[in-house]
Amino acid sequence: MNINRRQLLAMAAAGGIGASILPRSGQAQTVVSSRARIVIIGAGAAGTAIANRLVRRIDGAQITILDRRQNHIYQPGLSLVATGLKPADYVLTQTAEWLPAGVSLVAEDAAAVDPESRTVSTTGGQTFAYDFLIIAPGLVLDHDAIEGFSLDLVGQKGIGALYAGPDHAAKTWQAAAQFVETGGTGLFTRPATEMKCAGAPLKHTFLIDDIARRAGNVGRMNMIYASNNDSLFGVPIVSEKVRMLFGDRGITPVYSHVLKAVDADAKRATFATPTGDRQIEYDYLHVIPPQRAPEFVRQSGLSWADKWTDQGWAEVDQQTLRHRRYPDIFALGDVAGVPKGKTAASVKWQVPVVEDHLVAAIEGRAGTEVYTGYTSCPLITRIGRAMLIEFDYNNDLTPSFPGIIAPLEELWISWLMKEVALKATYNAMLRGRA
Amino acid sequence: MKDLTFGTLIAVFEEIFGRTLFWAMVAAAALITIAYLWVLIRDRAVSWHKFLLAQISMPVGAVAAILFVLAVTDSGLGDMGGPIDVIVLLAVALAGAVGMAILVYTVQSLITGKQPPRGGPQLKR
Repeated sequence: MNINRRQLLAMAAAGGIGASILPRSGQAQTVVSSRARIVIIGAGAAGTAIANRLVRRIDGAQITILDRRQNHIYQPGLSLVATGLKPADYVLTQTAEWLPAGVSLVAEDAAAVDPESRTVSTTGGQTFAYDFLIIAPGLVLDHDAIEGFSLDLVGQKGIGALYAGPDHAAKTWQAAAQFVETGGTGLFTRPATEMKCAGAPLKHTFLIDDIARRAGNVGRMNMIYASNNDSLFGVPIVSEKVRMLFGDRGITPVYSHVLKAVDADAKRATFATPTGDRQIEYDYLHVIPPQRAPEFVRQSGLSWADKWTDQGWAEVDQQTLRHRRYPDIFALGDVAGVPKGKTAASVKWQVPVVEDHLVAAIEGRAGTEVYTGYTSCPLITRIGRAMLIEFDYNNDLTPSFPGIIAPLEELWISWLMKEVALKATYNAMLRGRA
Repeated sequence: MKDLTFGTLIAVFEEIFGRTLFWAMVAAAALITIAYLWVLIRDRAVSWHKFLLAQISMPVGAVAAILFVLAVTDSGLGDMGGPIDVIVLLAVALAGAVGMAILVYTVQSLITGKQPPRGGPQLKR
């Protein structure tokens, strides 16, 4: 009986795997022989997944992966940690356990890339020559850009910041848990830069509202969502849906409000708005800071010169993720200078594209895989329901199960996916198997 | 559902349950199924007495399956948001019911051993 129930659960999960599981290249692929030196900067979702794939595709390659961090963080789980649904260790594993044999992990960060001499130097003073370089260091959370804010404040005085990692996500829940008990004004922000998973600030808002409702305290809550521009989500049709849900839930949106300063003692936040600064007092404030490429990307001349100049994302082709000036360099994940896709779902679709073009380059032919900008966001609207939103560069909705799982409906099956199948799929992706 | 391969599904299930547990469950499910087929072949008939008890256990399996799934996913019946949710829930119930019935039938058959044909002489055991 137990078995069958578990199988059921697995079947239920299987139904939902689509959003994140759809592999781009499930066919048997040829293995090539090469002594190519491949350096991967960063052992996060993208770096680990591409390392696992390249080891299988290229026989004899010398693959080096640079990352100082020993912990691997399953970032899609941070929203769940920050609302008390999962413990902090739910998102933590060891970097080394995901890496295949045959890849050498160097526990240092990249300090500079010299794309002319094709070398990477590290914070530890080592230099690695490469034939191909994959930049996947993630991004930097610029907390200092918000005056009066520091990570020490998280968990106290009604301040949360779930992006900062598992410990801060857990502290975020400490602050939020107090807020849902006592009520007051909850203020939820997002930065004006490109950001990881633009659905996360919305999820946090919806979940805190839901938890307060369940506690019977909704009458004491004044929920405000401060958007950085004139919409609530980058995809217009989704933005409209969120606007309607906010209306139903009594969450007040304010537009073109960018958090610039926090007075933690006075519990007052200052926003830059088109009509000048505006101060809002809060009882709970969720801070998501501006996000930028790591400094070495900019310093090494790999960033766009005419786009995102304050953020420094790598100048890559939108379809192939190949650097536009240095064809032996690719960028994956958060650091890639493309309009969408700072999510794990994007990574899953990007990795096979880079794999294809890199292997093709070794074989002396042109690659064929194309990244469409696909990304996916199981947008949780309450505990037990989510909307499975998938879209691409064109802001077109790209549902994996059209007619079965409606993207703009709050469904239990979409929640199941987030809760049960997503981490499993993510882990399979890390191993290069999804 | 582009290129959703069997291998990918297996990989995901291994990650959900852990490789050992997943394959142990597959093995257990296979064993129970084999045991069920074995008792059917051994008895050369379906015992309606055992089948009755198995049928009675089906609602229990259905409810247990639903409760289990809801519990492990932090959700409740009020979270059903559309037809697909109800279909999934019914599928869970159905699988729980069938799984329970097979299990109950098989366990009864294994415990009681081979039954004499109905109406035949009662053998001493």
